[in-house]
Amino acid sequence: MAWDRNQMAERAGRELKDGMYVNLGIGIPTLVSNYIPEGVDVTLQSENGMLGMGPFPKEDEIDADLINAGKQTITELHRTSYFSSADSFAMIRGGKIAMAILGAMEVAENGDLANWMIPGKLIKGMGGAMDLVAGVGRVIVIMDHTNKKGESKLLKACTLPLTGAGVVDEIITNLGVFKVVEGGLEVIEIADGVTIDEIRQMTDATLVN
Amino acid sequence: MKKVYNSAAEALEGVLFDGMMIAAGGFGLCGIPENLIEGIRDAGTKNLTVASNNAGVDDFGLGILLQDKQVKKMLSSYVGENAEFMRQYLSGELEIEFNPQGTLAERMRAGGAGIPGFYTKTGVGTVIAEGKEHKDFNGETYIMEEGIVADLSIVKAWKGDRAGNLIYRKTARNFNPNAATCGKICIAEVEELLPTGALDPDLIHTPGIFVHRIFEGGHEKRIEQRTVREG
Repeated sequence: MAWDRNQMAERAGRELKDGMYVNLGIGIPTLVSNYIPEGVDVTLQSENGMLGMGPFPKEDEIDADLINAGKQTITELHRTSYFSSADSFAMIRGGKIAMAILGAMEVAENGDLANWMIPGKLIKGMGGAMDLVAGVGRVIVIMDHTNKKGESKLLKACTLPLTGAGVVDEIITNLGVFKVVEGGLEVIEIADGVTIDEIRQMTDATLVN
Repeated sequence: MKKVYNSAAEALEGVLFDGMMIAAGGFGLCGIPENLIEGIRDAGTKNLTVASNNAGVDDFGLGILLQDKQVKKMLSSYVGENAEFMRQYLSGELEIEFNPQGTLAERMRAGGAGIPGFYTKTGVGTVIAEGKEHKDFNGETYIMEEGIVADLSIVKAWKGDRAGNLIYRKTARNFNPNAATCGKICIAEVEELLPTGALDPDLIHTPGIFVHRIFEGGHEKRIEQRTVREG
């Protein structure tokens, strides 16, 4: 037993606080928009130039001029505003966006993040990820605890080229929730049916508790 | 001063040359200057350096310039949707300089605003920072990035007037206002070209001073990821 994708997204949803402006990455982070807690009002930013991102459109609402940063068609809300890419990253770099929730390939115990390239493999580019992790208030990573080979993605040091150095605040995996603290990672929550010993076995990074 | 032209071909007359640098607006296929890209393809200009967030797809957008091997180098943040791009890049025919998306936007904004360089936290501690000047401000480290001044910028807007004033629509705005400012010459294509005075001056996104040539053209507006919900 461990959390599935939706449970991870739901757990991340609990990090959202009323009034926050938030940027959600592609993949599991996108699912977090389904788990915004009742009574919590958050505004989603899409870095291609939109605040107040709405749900996917119905067939007859599709608008080629209205997409998110994953190039998917979306809709606007009453509160929506549009702006240029430079203004969008002024918000991001300028610290106006409270939180970014992103996927990752590797996270190190010092908060280093690697999620944009694997040497020798196809490089697609970093998009806005480097700007986001450098600029937003808090960076939360959602990812599977281990890779396809069963190796820990929470490491003592990243092996892949970094997206940002010392930028991650918290990691939500299928096994639990981890906070980046002095000296390593602190286990702050354990997924249903998982034991701390199992987490220790499957984690390369230093666990301080 | 005449700014209005009848077509992309006419608007591009006399401004293209081999080896030039072009800054283009658009995000994915959204808000791209479709007609100008086709016009540059038809003109056959070679050895281009193109600053654009993305590189289109194989048969649309900037992808059609890659098909004809007109591009020498791209400055982009993400190029994952273009197989021909990847083929040329892996075979060494095409050079790419990856720029973080916000850095690319700010480089265009800065270049257009007469600012040759600026400091940013983005990319510190990564390969992006290698070889760049590092400087500390208030205990934090930043790297210097340079403004982009292109020989030509090509942008797409929703509405424009004969004075070159532009209004964009929804997320088709994206890099267009920033690209518009950073070209020594800027050509804008619009869905609707209106008489001067028809646009509300308070709602203009790009003032006409930045736009040297303008024309009206049809737009396919292809959608990359058609995502819908039930109901």
